[in-house]
Amino acid sequence: MTVIVIGSSAGGPQALHDLLPLLKPGLAAPLIIVSHVGENMGDLLTEGLARTCTLPVRIAAERMPVEPGVVHVAPSGYHLLIEPDRRFAYSVDERIRFSRPSIDVLFVSAAEVYRDELVGVVLSGANADGAEGLRTIRRLGGLALVQDPNEAIVPTMPLAAIEQAGADICAPTAILAAHINSYVRP
Amino acid sequence: MTEEDDHLALEAIEVDLFIEAMLRRYGYDFRDYGRTSLTRRVRNLAQQFGTGTISALTALVLHSPERIGEVIGGLSVPASDFFRDPAIFRALKAHVFPVLASYARITIWQAGCARGEEVYSLAILLKEAGLYEKSRIFATDISETSLASAQEGIFPLSDMRDASRRYFESGGTQSLSAHYHARYERAKLDRGLIDNVTFAEHNLVTDGVFCEAHLILCRNVMIYFNDRLQARVLNLFADTLVRGGFLCVGDRENLRVAGASLFRPVEGAPSVFRLRSPVEPP
Repeated sequence: MTVIVIGSSAGGPQALHDLLPLLKPGLAAPLIIVSHVGENMGDLLTEGLARTCTLPVRIAAERMPVEPGVVHVAPSGYHLLIEPDRRFAYSVDERIRFSRPSIDVLFVSAAEVYRDELVGVVLSGANADGAEGLRTIRRLGGLALVQDPNEAIVPTMPLAAIEQAGADICAPTAILAAHINSYVRP
Repeated sequence: MTEEDDHLALEAIEVDLFIEAMLRRYGYDFRDYGRTSLTRRVRNLAQQFGTGTISALTALVLHSPERIGEVIGGLSVPASDFFRDPAIFRALKAHVFPVLASYARITIWQAGCARGEEVYSLAILLKEAGLYEKSRIFATDISETSLASAQEGIFPLSDMRDASRRYFESGGTQSLSAHYHARYERAKLDRGLIDNVTFAEHNLVTDGVFCEAHLILCRNVMIYFNDRLQARVLNLFADTLVRGGFLCVGDRENLRVAGASLFRPVEGAPSVFRLRSPVEPP
């Protein structure tokens, strides 16, 4: 089963608000989002996205399983990781490049569990988080999707991802959404 | 199997052997830690020690007992923040302090105190509530290095600005700077705050009950444990608490089955639980 992980930072909430409403209700793949937002803002982002998306959107809960057809959002203040038994784990280890949650931490742990079943998506952002994770995803046989830097409000993160990891698809969010929609229930 | 899959399979063996070495050589048991975070930390250690592979790290650890402190430091609870999650401290003040006040003597256990940010935060609020003098706080950690650092109570002054905001959000009634001395970009916490604190090594995996406590704080420590170890620790806490004692965990910790049968949530107090009485229906 395909699993989709998404990383976004500055300008990312806008990209997510563009992307999520385009997702079809029959999507079988779980989505897992790390978005750098301020302290305690993860809940607000989750509520906002839930209103725009036909799929259920909720905070990825500690120890709970990754669920098909659900959009899971990392809470503020914790790194979000995937355990080998495909459940969520939290960590309060040091911030990485000033960020917790870190996109790289999620991407690397998900890549090691899901290998070639994983699709990584890097959206708008002002730093290089996600690039290393996306490289790991590709190395382990997964697919890399990157928002077109020309469309991204802040292109630094997509550019870093393309430079360090490369991309299988680099396109505006509408096309990324169309690709994600191909992972519908059989 | 691709080369990358093979590399991960090999690394999984190396992590198993590292865990085995820590257990048999030093008695530290990491078998029931969550695998993903543990692997991350072991990788970081290999990098920090410059050993290249985890096998080489294991060899170094086996032959260098003098470096075990560093290794445990790298594998244990990381630094926290002063007054992290102010809502929890507000809940303690509103729902737990009034009950503690009714006891002649108060015993508190801070399990996994790391570098001490939380124990100082708690001591400050107890002091301001007039409860500190009759309190005894046990602050324990698996890492000797962390305990020494906690006892010293010196933190970067730059931490204090955000800490001050969270102190007021937590219900602090004076000013945070009344509780530390600033010097050379460092803040040294008031020594009086640890007059009633006993720092001690305690391993939640292998050690047992050592006191009878009215309140246990163990925030974001069990998130690193698998379900089995989490259940063990919750039972240890239940055995340590007095009747109706309180347990305070991290704001998003999921206590699952083991927790629900032993503890009930305290209404209006996020992350605060109360020991169920033996006859109470779950």
